[in-house]
Amino acid sequence: MTDVPEREEDPLLRIAGLAIDYRTGRRRWTPAVRGVDLHVDPGEFVSLVGESGSGKSTLVQGALGLLPPSARIRAGSIAYSGVDVTGWSDQRMARVRGNYVGFIPQDPNTSLNPVKKIGQQVIESVRFNAPDARNAAQHREAALESLRTAGLKDAERVFHQYPHELSGGMKQRALIAIALAGRPRIVVADEPTSALDVTVQKVILDHLMRLREELGIGILLITHDLGVALDRSDRILVMQDGRIVEEGPVRQVLENTTHDYTRRLLDAAPARQAGRLEPTSGPRARPTDTSPVLRARALTRTYQLRGGRGRRRQLRALDGVDLVVRKGTTHAIVGESGAGKSTLASILVQFTAADSGTVHIGDRELTGLGRRELREIRRDLQFVFQNPFTSLDPRFTVGKLVAEPLQAFKLATGKQERTARVVELLGAVALDESHLHRLPAELSGGQRQRVAIARALAPNPGILVLDEAVSALDVSVQAQILQLLVDLQAELGLSYVFVTHDLGVVRLIADDVTVMKGGVVVETGPVEQVLRSPRHEYTRELLEAVPGAGINGAGTSGGERVGAAIAHQA
Amino acid sequence: MLRYLALKAGRALFVVWAAFTLTFVLLFVLPANPVDLLFDPAELNTVTPEVRAQVAESYGFNKPVVLQYLARLGHALTGDFGNSVQSGRSVTATILDVLPSTLVLASGALVLALLVAFAIALVATSTRRPWVRNLVEALPSGAVSVPVFLSGILMLQIFSFQLGWFPAFGDRGVKSLVLPVITLAIPVAGPIAQLLVRSFATEFRSGYVTTSWAKGATRSGIIVRDVFRNAGLPALTIAGITFGNLIAGSVITETVFARQGIGRMTQAAINTLDVPLVQGVVVLVAASFALINLIVDLIYPLLDPRLRAALAVGSPRAA
Repeated sequence: MTDVPEREEDPLLRIAGLAIDYRTGRRRWTPAVRGVDLHVDPGEFVSLVGESGSGKSTLVQGALGLLPPSARIRAGSIAYSGVDVTGWSDQRMARVRGNYVGFIPQDPNTSLNPVKKIGQQVIESVRFNAPDARNAAQHREAALESLRTAGLKDAERVFHQYPHELSGGMKQRALIAIALAGRPRIVVADEPTSALDVTVQKVILDHLMRLREELGIGILLITHDLGVALDRSDRILVMQDGRIVEEGPVRQVLENTTHDYTRRLLDAAPARQAGRLEPTSGPRARPTDTSPVLRARALTRTYQLRGGRGRRRQLRALDGVDLVVRKGTTHAIVGESGAGKSTLASILVQFTAADSGTVHIGDRELTGLGRRELREIRRDLQFVFQNPFTSLDPRFTVGKLVAEPLQAFKLATGKQERTARVVELLGAVALDESHLHRLPAELSGGQRQRVAIARALAPNPGILVLDEAVSALDVSVQAQILQLLVDLQAELGLSYVFVTHDLGVVRLIADDVTVMKGGVVVETGPVEQVLRSPRHEYTRELLEAVPGAGINGAGTSGGERVGAAIAHQA
Repeated sequence: MLRYLALKAGRALFVVWAAFTLTFVLLFVLPANPVDLLFDPAELNTVTPEVRAQVAESYGFNKPVVLQYLARLGHALTGDFGNSVQSGRSVTATILDVLPSTLVLASGALVLALLVAFAIALVATSTRRPWVRNLVEALPSGAVSVPVFLSGILMLQIFSFQLGWFPAFGDRGVKSLVLPVITLAIPVAGPIAQLLVRSFATEFRSGYVTTSWAKGATRSGIIVRDVFRNAGLPALTIAGITFGNLIAGSVITETVFARQGIGRMTQAAINTLDVPLVQGVVVLVAASFALINLIVDLIYPLLDPRLRAALAVGSPRAA
């Protein structure tokens, strides 16, 4: 870059003009990476940001020589400290991996061998990369040292544990230890925290930052989360469709966004939004009738854990939870994994029965209703699931999927009438007739979630329960779906129960929010109040952990800068 | 852990008991007159009523069914299944005579089948050449589609009659065992290999393999150190199920190679309607099946720490 006065040594990693194709048929290749230039200098923290399908993971696989057999490097070069490794065989690359470049994978839950102790897995990493043959005791000592460096204080204990005995955050630390054990000069981290809770994410990222300073290694972070990148990096690269579309130091990217795509990403990032989304039709009329449509009181649910002997082991998923949803508003339920929010959602719609406590829809009590009465209620109370890739029957066409609840509730009896209603519903979620005969596999993630919402809207419900309905989507798609939900609410007067782990999203859509932890409500109230002046320590912790919040709240200048940047784009 | 043991052992006992009860109902209760079954059908008409009554009494057929059942169950518990109708010898002794040769045959075939299956899976996973993988992966379905009697006869033709390497029949010495074991192992190896090839391929694509690559491990190292144990686990389950089939399926092999064994004895017992012997064999096969699967269930936790953790109750788990 221009601010490097002289290049005494080569960058740790330099990728030049790299192009990677995937085989999509006989002699047919589809480009995934189209001519990317990238470099990481010693002690530098570089983030590569992009949404799914941008080619960022392929780029990393290419850099590590881990491309699947169906991919090929068409052009370009990869060099570590000036040594060109392009086209090296597996055998030769094995000496570069671990030794020179460490890798932290995406999902800590699947990235450790389940039948081997952690210690053994770290020792392997030490042994493969020890320049001189050392004995077992030294390997062991080095492995323990590595575990400690990765921030596992109780390294001796973790050493003898199996992966399933550790939490997600600890597993990710073990993986960091594995990556560091070979004493690499650069660490490549592919979405290292996307499978983790925000508070854990914060700790892990903080630790990576510290490692960079202590060990002077370079870090290349791959992420879909612009907030994370903005908070942590020295330099950001934004990738779209296999190309780098924007590159520069954080401040430069924030202040002088040159590319349209980066601007859209910035706009879409929930953490950068000031307040609640307004419907596209115009400013939202404050709901005047705020009588509760859904009330839950003192809900308790306990799960018996298997294999209990004598004193049965129990898991209190919910412990005396109250919830009130006002008509025409959105009530968000926030919490990290294990908080009981999904259990709560499924009790609200009676997929799961509560041990005790009551749920009221309007004046009717749900708990203890018979199957037939519940069916009646479900017309008014619909559910949207987390993963649009699994919640739609892959063999049903879009038309059939949306028509299914109409048939089930005998709402539109004639065939023409039904088709007309389906088209109307698709229109409501910004799809059209041309999608009627498509299969879910032919749709993008965002389109699928639209279909799922159209299906939920089919019986004209008053209340929608959305369980992490936007979590599996890219930020830009997520922003569209949230906007759609806000529009639908203004138009149809819907009430939402919105379950999410993402506080940033809460700000965009919710009127009220309930924060849960360990099956208990820790704080509840109007969004502005809870997010502006949280009363509970845990809420504060959550808020601080939201990526991008640091820049927003770092001081007036930072806040103004972002505000200016957003105003500038508008 | 104790609870797990008791549960598995209880299930095994239940299987054996159910097999006994079912054969009792089929063989002693359902036939209009069980006495008829005790005689050679050709001579049935020549038997006098007095003799019939005598036989019925000696077998206890004149007593209520429940009492008969309890009496037989009681005897069976002490290992007494009555006497063979044909030879008059005790069923237990008759079975024990031929059991070892069948056990050796079946175990040998199982071990060979597992070796072949693992070899196929390892080659298919470790090769870098697509055509080798395709070729090796085609072997299992080929193995399944060749009937045992055909491969047996083929093997006899080539290795005994043409080359004279192994004896054609008999059951003396290790040499006589080679051809039958191979014949029996081929069709069994097929499904196990198919399962393993798939399992190896799945595990080879999993996240921890990527981690190992990133550590700087080599391809062969990854297959041996990481993939093998994870991918090999399912083979244990299918091996347990297969062993029962092997004992039952030894009929053809033993007939082709003229070996004595449970298979041929069962065939003879069915042909001659030797009811007590048939019951003895059914209970024996059920017992061996239950025993093998019990062993498999007990080995599993040793190989998979996750299962071990689910069993070790009350141990503090790191949150």
